[in-house]
Amino acid sequence: MSSQVYPKDKEILPGLQIEKVDDRIMTLNVGPQHPGSGHMRIIIKVDGDYIVHTDPDPGYVHRGEEKMAEYRNYITNIPHLERPVIHDSCNILYPYCLGVEELLGLEVPERAKYLRVIAAELNRCVYIEYWLAIYGIFLGHSTMFMWPVGDRELLIDLLDKMTGARVTHAYFVPGGVRNDVPPNFEDVCLRQVNYFEKRLKEYADVFYDNPILISRTKDTGILSREDAIKLGTTGSVLRASGVDFDIRKKEPYDVYEEMDFQTNVLKEGDSYARSKIPWLDMFESCRIIRDALKKMPKSGSVRVKLKPKPKGGDTEVYRRVESGRGSLGMHIVSRGMPQPYRLKISVPSFRNLIAMPHLLTGEKLGNMPAVYWSLNYWPVEADR
Amino acid sequence: MSVIAPKFRLGYLVKGITDNIFWIIVLLTLIGIPAVQIVLIYIDFPVIDGEIWNPFRVFDAMTHPERALPLVKNFMQTDLFKVVAFPGFGFAALIAAAVIFVERKMLAKLQLRVGPFYCGKVEGILQLMADGLKLISKEIIIPAKADKPLFWAVPVLFAATAGAFVALIPVAPGWVVADIDLGLLAVFAVIGFFPIITILAGWASNSKFPFIGGIRALYQMVSFEIPLILSLLGIVMLTGTLNLSEIVESQVNFPWIIFMPIGAIVFFICILAELERIPFDLPEAESEIVAGWLTELSGMMYGLVQLGSYLKLYAFAALFVVLFLGGWNGPWVYPIEPMAEIITDGIVIMPDALVIKDIPGLPLFPQEMINGTIWFILKTAAVIFFILLPRGVFPRVRIDLLLKIGWYKLIVLAFINIFIALALVYGGIIGPGGIM
Repeated sequence: MSSQVYPKDKEILPGLQIEKVDDRIMTLNVGPQHPGSGHMRIIIKVDGDYIVHTDPDPGYVHRGEEKMAEYRNYITNIPHLERPVIHDSCNILYPYCLGVEELLGLEVPERAKYLRVIAAELNRCVYIEYWLAIYGIFLGHSTMFMWPVGDRELLIDLLDKMTGARVTHAYFVPGGVRNDVPPNFEDVCLRQVNYFEKRLKEYADVFYDNPILISRTKDTGILSREDAIKLGTTGSVLRASGVDFDIRKKEPYDVYEEMDFQTNVLKEGDSYARSKIPWLDMFESCRIIRDALKKMPKSGSVRVKLKPKPKGGDTEVYRRVESGRGSLGMHIVSRGMPQPYRLKISVPSFRNLIAMPHLLTGEKLGNMPAVYWSLNYWPVEADR
Repeated sequence: MSVIAPKFRLGYLVKGITDNIFWIIVLLTLIGIPAVQIVLIYIDFPVIDGEIWNPFRVFDAMTHPERALPLVKNFMQTDLFKVVAFPGFGFAALIAAAVIFVERKMLAKLQLRVGPFYCGKVEGILQLMADGLKLISKEIIIPAKADKPLFWAVPVLFAATAGAFVALIPVAPGWVVADIDLGLLAVFAVIGFFPIITILAGWASNSKFPFIGGIRALYQMVSFEIPLILSLLGIVMLTGTLNLSEIVESQVNFPWIIFMPIGAIVFFICILAELERIPFDLPEAESEIVAGWLTELSGMMYGLVQLGSYLKLYAFAALFVVLFLGGWNGPWVYPIEPMAEIITDGIVIMPDALVIKDIPGLPLFPQEMINGTIWFILKTAAVIFFILLPRGVFPRVRIDLLLKIGWYKLIVLAFINIFIALALVYGGIIGPGGIM
């Protein structure tokens, strides 16, 4: 059951290593054209039904976001920086906006802060619903694919009213949000979020309490607390392993310290716990949205006036937020120019991917989708 | 909310129905009349007025109901009709098509979707035909290193084996294609043929994922055949026969499910595994092994396998009905037809409308057959509903858990069922021939 190491034969050509041919071992290329892989390849070696070697091979959707950011100014960077996770586009723009505001010394209006929190939490739910749908179909549960995709429409409609776009919102700008919400937004939002929370409870009946799901995901791919910290995982993976770490609580940004919510922590560290944490997070998001709607100032400016091409000082900033997958940070290096000298995105997906070989090796091939997708990994984001 | 399907309108529905009727009439005249002429070749022609009728005269006579009906009845006695149309392939294929449509609509309702909607204008009723046309028109791609003769043989063998399975099912008294004394044994033989085809498919396509799928199918089917066969032994003990028609006749008073619920449950779970349906669809688990042993099949080869698998679904559901639910037995729902003698006696005691019974050849089907078929279809539909339902509720199980269910739990339950049957026989409560 342990990770098996294969001795490499001597090098024939420089750089070319021939592996020893073993009749028992079969190499499987799971991806990139595989229904259970996403935009990546996992090279898996199986001995019978057991995985003896896992080698994730991301990079198929690398778009050079970081390099592109160096050629655009701080405002024109907004629409393309959200491309890595269009389902979670508010949350990936959040650290960028926080960093640029710190760089330019902008003060965000109070109403904009609440609008940001509402948009970010709605977007987190949209992302988790999509993730959950794919988790359902990975386990062969087609109803759990259709239900979240259908319920996601509720929140997408809300975001559509709020921002004018269904998926790629580009709503957050340095110094606030792009526009104010329509007049009756608060009532509609409250109604839809309440209905959404009612629907969420039904997922337990069909999915989380399902005995076959529990038999498949319980005690598979166990990530211990120490390993989770050592491997640098984040977000739901970390919290499923018993570490109470949420950036919204530990390093609160905007108005999160005024919000009434709790972090969900499970101690098991198996696939079931990892799949359950995001679902529990959605309840907390609904709580936050209701709380923010209550505390939000009813009127006021939502955006500060910016100069056409704002320039930062000769400094660097690093800000991070809790996205749907975990801690998402952006390191912006400024050299006094309108565009960033260097922009480094620290993505949670890649940090969770590191745990994958650790978890998959020694598991059965049938556990591969259950463990792989429970890592809350978004291939496009990992490639940036 | 974004609107997926337009709202229901009566005018559209009526227009759709009339359009469909128009096309059915057109296609019937284009295909039906040649088909009738082909059928006529196989009929034993009656001798009327001292000479044998040739097909042309027969075709002329088709327009006169008095002359046509004896011909039709003659045709129904032939083996060709049994194989092609009623208890055989045509009937089963019709049910299979209905099952595919019902499955898609039912699953859609369960998942808050609409399902097929546009094709055929009436609730997407012609979607299956469109899918079939698409599959036929697709190119058939064969992997370069595949074992070509075997690869070609797989879909044909699969559909043919499923057809052979269908032929063993008695639908109504006397209406069965192959009424053999060792019917149940023949069923086991046919079921035992499916794993061979799947492993052939996996091997012949010379590809990794089909191979794993084939091996998985082999594991699954072999380990579930044993409880499947064991769960039916109780019935064989109680009835003392292997003939499926006689097993149905032994359930005139009560179906066997009353005495052997455990056997029925074991048999039902084994059906799900043999059919590779969720939660036991491991050989086709798309997130693990693409499409399993079906991965390399393309175009109509895939279509044939799908046809075969739905025929298999019908056949297994029908087998459950035949063995546990009493087959065609049931209360009379089809009105009893007056005997011909009453009308021809000369005493008018019936309304005039019933005088049409005088026409030679009527009734086309005996009353027992129609009544039995109605009950058989109703029971089969109920069983098929329960086979389809898990697809919307359960995820897929893992291969080791599946084998554990098969070897540890189901075999034990099947043996308990056998002991119950033994107790019933030796206790003198039930024996061959009913309640003692």
